[in-house]
Amino acid sequence: MNAISTTMPPPELEWKLPARGRAGMYALIAAEAAIFTIFVVAYLFYIDKSLSGPMPRDVLSSPIFYTVCLLSSSLTIHFAVKSLRGGNLRTFRAWWLLTITLGAIFLYGTASEWHRLIYTDGLTISTNLFGTTYYSLVGLHGFHVIVGLLGLITVMAFTLVGVVTQEHTERIEVLSLYWHFVDAVWVVVFTVVYVIGR
Amino acid sequence: MSTESIAWPSTTAESRPFIDQLHEWVTTVDHKRLGILYIAYALVFLLIGGIEATVIRIQLIRPHNNFLSPQVFNRMFTMHGTTMIFFVVMPVLFGFANYLIPLMIGARDMAFPRLNAFSFWLTCFGGLLLYFSLVGANGLYGAGNAPDVGWFAYAPLTSQTFSLGHSTDFWTLALLVSGFGSIGTAINIVATILCMRCPGMTLAKMPLFAWLNLVMAGLVILAVSPLTAAQIMLLVDRYLGGHFFDTQAGGSAVIWMHFFWIFGHPEVYILVLPAFAFASEIIPVFSRKPIFGYPVMVGATVAIGFISMSVWAHHMFTVGMGANVNTFFVISTMAIAVPTGIKIFNWLATMWGGKIEFKTPMLFCIAFLFQFLVAGLTGVMMSAAPFDWQLGNSYFVVAHFHYVIVGGILFTLFGAFYYWFPKMSGKMYSEALGKLHFWLFLIGFHLTFDFMHIPGLLGMPRRIYTYEPGRGWDTWNLIVTVGVFFQAAGILVFLGNLIWSYYRGEGAGNDPWDAWTLEWSTNSPPPAYNFASIPEVRSRRPLWDLKHTDDPDWKYE
Repeated sequence: MNAISTTMPPPELEWKLPARGRAGMYALIAAEAAIFTIFVVAYLFYIDKSLSGPMPRDVLSSPIFYTVCLLSSSLTIHFAVKSLRGGNLRTFRAWWLLTITLGAIFLYGTASEWHRLIYTDGLTISTNLFGTTYYSLVGLHGFHVIVGLLGLITVMAFTLVGVVTQEHTERIEVLSLYWHFVDAVWVVVFTVVYVIGR
Repeated sequence: MSTESIAWPSTTAESRPFIDQLHEWVTTVDHKRLGILYIAYALVFLLIGGIEATVIRIQLIRPHNNFLSPQVFNRMFTMHGTTMIFFVVMPVLFGFANYLIPLMIGARDMAFPRLNAFSFWLTCFGGLLLYFSLVGANGLYGAGNAPDVGWFAYAPLTSQTFSLGHSTDFWTLALLVSGFGSIGTAINIVATILCMRCPGMTLAKMPLFAWLNLVMAGLVILAVSPLTAAQIMLLVDRYLGGHFFDTQAGGSAVIWMHFFWIFGHPEVYILVLPAFAFASEIIPVFSRKPIFGYPVMVGATVAIGFISMSVWAHHMFTVGMGANVNTFFVISTMAIAVPTGIKIFNWLATMWGGKIEFKTPMLFCIAFLFQFLVAGLTGVMMSAAPFDWQLGNSYFVVAHFHYVIVGGILFTLFGAFYYWFPKMSGKMYSEALGKLHFWLFLIGFHLTFDFMHIPGLLGMPRRIYTYEPGRGWDTWNLIVTVGVFFQAAGILVFLGNLIWSYYRGEGAGNDPWDAWTLEWSTNSPPPAYNFASIPEVRSRRPLWDLKHTDDPDWKYE
């Protein structure tokens, strides 16, 4: 076997492969994007196909404030990861907590909108096609926000116990990829539901 | 590079009490054990699905037969289709992918071993959930127990109005759960292939098996997810009173068709790409030549992956989508025959001038080449929309896709079983029984599926539980059913061969085929850690390089 290694061409440059956590998360995001695509297509297909009211233009108003909250949480989580990479745990904790707060505010926004739609406007998932597609699409997104928040809170708990350190940056970054995805999906959902759909 | 590894203490494992061994298998995260679990699980369901097929064919052996009631017939073809696609072919392909990919790319395990175990158990319980409907959906209000809406479950048949009771819910939940399992495994395969390759194995030096499974996993991610979304919508309709597929409230039944086939057609390629992967490993080894046109094979695979995402509506020509839409799907469907044809030519060119050894795995692959060609030709025939208007929903379609799935996929799968059985068990199978299996199955396959085209051309629709005599269908149906018994006999010989060889077979050694990929460099069966030291590769055939140090492949690549 030694004979082989002498005749082998010189070893190539350093053998480097992508991190499996990132690859796995990107693959998961691709799968989730496909799921959302189907729900978005269904929503677009059923615009103005409801046989009875209430209609979107009567009951929906753009949740601008909550949208700003969710989108800026992408920025805060980016800063959080950046501080963690720099080893600054205090700033990491602060940014992370802010991210959780912004996500929770967004979730409260969805909840209050649903409460108003159900109790004031009488729109439920079985009222008409608009109700079915609206609650499914926004609900699917809300479900992803909840999952993301659970992940964020788990990290926060570990941070408070003191087991999250600089060396976990890679893993925290993978979670932040998911959170960015949840935010990006909201841009699509917002456009479809509150801009095109009205 | 190390070719030796420390002997795995298998004798001590066998002497331990049964409950300990069971515990080990249930809690395992080892890719090889999970692969074997997938395969064993699929074989059990293969028997169940095969029995269902046999029962269907017995009912159709002669006109006005009373073997099954119409209701039971509906359940049988629904369960047969769902079982074979989701709980036989997909798990068995995932099993082989799980077992072989880390070995072929020189890794110690998959990227996410625990996700791997989780995915397997999701798939497993999905299948159990489907069959639990026989118990769980019975005795509740409404009719029926097992699902009876057909494997693509068109709306509005699945609405509460037309599908009382819970049989359809069991179908939906079974597919939803196993779908999550499939997506988990696909993510794992992608991450494994991209991130776990041994030093030197660039993408261009991966075995074709890994390439094809990479594309397959990508398709699972992009195609099974829409099915998951559609199943969630169906659950919303059935449980929460939603209107996605409720035409009374403005919903559309056709959109279910679209959502289902956006999954359903790439699914065919999800199933057939691993079959191509087996053929791409077996044919070169038994022709004693490297694969012909490796870069073109990779390119054709990726092309198939892309085009397969845009052909789904050829399942819906009879719906009436309009000339433009039909034309698009006619052209895209015909286009996919091009990369597939390239592959067939490359396999033929691999065999051309080779020193072909007609061992059982090779026999199955040669039969696959011919049969898959015919299946592709009937596919091109039906991709022409006017032809499809005539034959849509007829036995011609049934014959076509069984030609793909049995004649193409199942044949290479049997080839793969015989080819890798020595690696997985350490024992050599019986070549005589293998050849008997091949010939029985070949005769049975052609009796059944060649002759099934003809009643289709004569107008026999699929999914009818009986038919009138004197339409010219009687003799053909008789022949078709007779073929089933040959196939069943072949399957029994196959299972007998596996079991007999496992206990009584001769030792196979580490490299019985004088093959070239890394899995043959380690022990048979491989130890838990696969490789004592992580191998390094310089070419597409690392074992060739080791065996022929005077003339290694890397000098030419």
